[in-house]
Amino acid sequence: MIRIFNNFSSQLVSGFGWTILSSLLTLIFSLIFGVLIALLEVIPNKAANKIGRIYVEIFRNIPLLIIVMFFYLIVPKYFVKIDGFTAGTIGLFLYTSAFIAEIIRSGIQSVSQGQMEGARSTGMTYKQAMRYVVLPQAFKIVIPPLGNQFVNLIKDSSILAFVAGFDLMYQANAIASVTFDTINSYFVIGVLYIIITMPLSYYMQYLEKKMA
Amino acid sequence: MKKLICSISLFLGMLLLSACGNSVTDQSALKNVRSSNTITWAVEGDKKLFSLIDIRDDKEKGFDIDMAKAITREILGPKGQARFTLATSQSRIPLLKNGNVDAVIATLTITPERAQVISFSKPYFQAGKSFLVPKGSKIKKPSDLNGKTVIGIVGDNSVEAVKKVAPRAKVVAMQDYGQAVSALKSHQGDALTSDNGILYGLAAQSPGSLEVTGGTYTKEPYGIAVNKNQEPFHRAINRAIDKIQKSGEYNRLIKKWFGQVPGFNYKEMYIK
Repeated sequence: MIRIFNNFSSQLVSGFGWTILSSLLTLIFSLIFGVLIALLEVIPNKAANKIGRIYVEIFRNIPLLIIVMFFYLIVPKYFVKIDGFTAGTIGLFLYTSAFIAEIIRSGIQSVSQGQMEGARSTGMTYKQAMRYVVLPQAFKIVIPPLGNQFVNLIKDSSILAFVAGFDLMYQANAIASVTFDTINSYFVIGVLYIIITMPLSYYMQYLEKKMA
Repeated sequence: MKKLICSISLFLGMLLLSACGNSVTDQSALKNVRSSNTITWAVEGDKKLFSLIDIRDDKEKGFDIDMAKAITREILGPKGQARFTLATSQSRIPLLKNGNVDAVIATLTITPERAQVISFSKPYFQAGKSFLVPKGSKIKKPSDLNGKTVIGIVGDNSVEAVKKVAPRAKVVAMQDYGQAVSALKSHQGDALTSDNGILYGLAAQSPGSLEVTGGTYTKEPYGIAVNKNQEPFHRAINRAIDKIQKSGEYNRLIKKWFGQVPGFNYKEMYIK
């Protein structure tokens, strides 16, 4: 195991970097996009509700691998040329957004109806009430499931290996194929994944305590 | 926190221990296959001509499969059973080392690096690396690939081989041949490199859109792999290959599988 770490440190470091980059991009954009989709689902507008619903159901119910393969194989063939890393990250972003949207929506809907009514009765518009009263409370509620989803998305980023995205999983496969030592190669990247996910889950726990 | 660290280290320790056992591979493989009257072979399922699953009856078919059956017959007699376990380029050697299979016959090139961890039989097929490109591609020889993207397969030695003939080529490794061909067709790479026999099979599956080009740029003798320290089984396989080649059965199998492949001179493969 130490031997693998020493002999292949440059591959592992680059895999570590690509995994973090992909996870970070996905985390930021899917949080923003997920909130937008969640808002589409709850605002009093039937058409917007439908659009949000359709988005969530499509991306939540298709395996991640199929979404990623669509961007890796179909999109370059007919539309625009994108490489494995981009295809994988876009797929991961759309997939994770659907889950985050569901989490945020459940958070918004668990804030009691009276909060919205109360805010509206003080003269706030719907937008203001959402922005200053409902959403802040909703965020507090959704921190634990959101942290869960963030950890999941980092692990899901191993999907990049299937589209030659040079992430940790890809490097482990490459290392295993020259050393014939699959167990230890996977063991090494398992530890590296923990190094990425542990601080995040501790940060989410800290956030939960601080907000409570 | 302390408890957490304890339990994590316990789990990691268990993982480490599980990597150390090697009981199955210490037993005599020849005795085992004789007593069960079965040889379990690791084969691949996505290589037309060598070993492809026929989706109509779910049976593996190809040159490797017929060789494995013939060798099984030579070692165990006419009633011997050949059982096939599907592997990928990446999993074929680990399957053998972990004792899941008795031998590997899966277009496995004999290389010095691999010979350090497993034992190879004498070569049973002489292949060479070549390129598969979309029809009409400008790539005619290996050096044309500098600055281009080349698709390889995880676990296939072409990934290292291509860097020797085209050092400035970017290599991306896909998980299996189906994915690699799809990636080539989606322009994710300019060429797909692997052994010529496999590539002719892939070209035959996509008639009119893909072709093999550039001759062969390496020599790739295929061998059957068995675990280290299995000398009796190793010798039995070598003897079986000798017999099959002398009896003319080998040439029949070559003609059966490669006789119809356009652009492939199967008579060069004959054992005289």
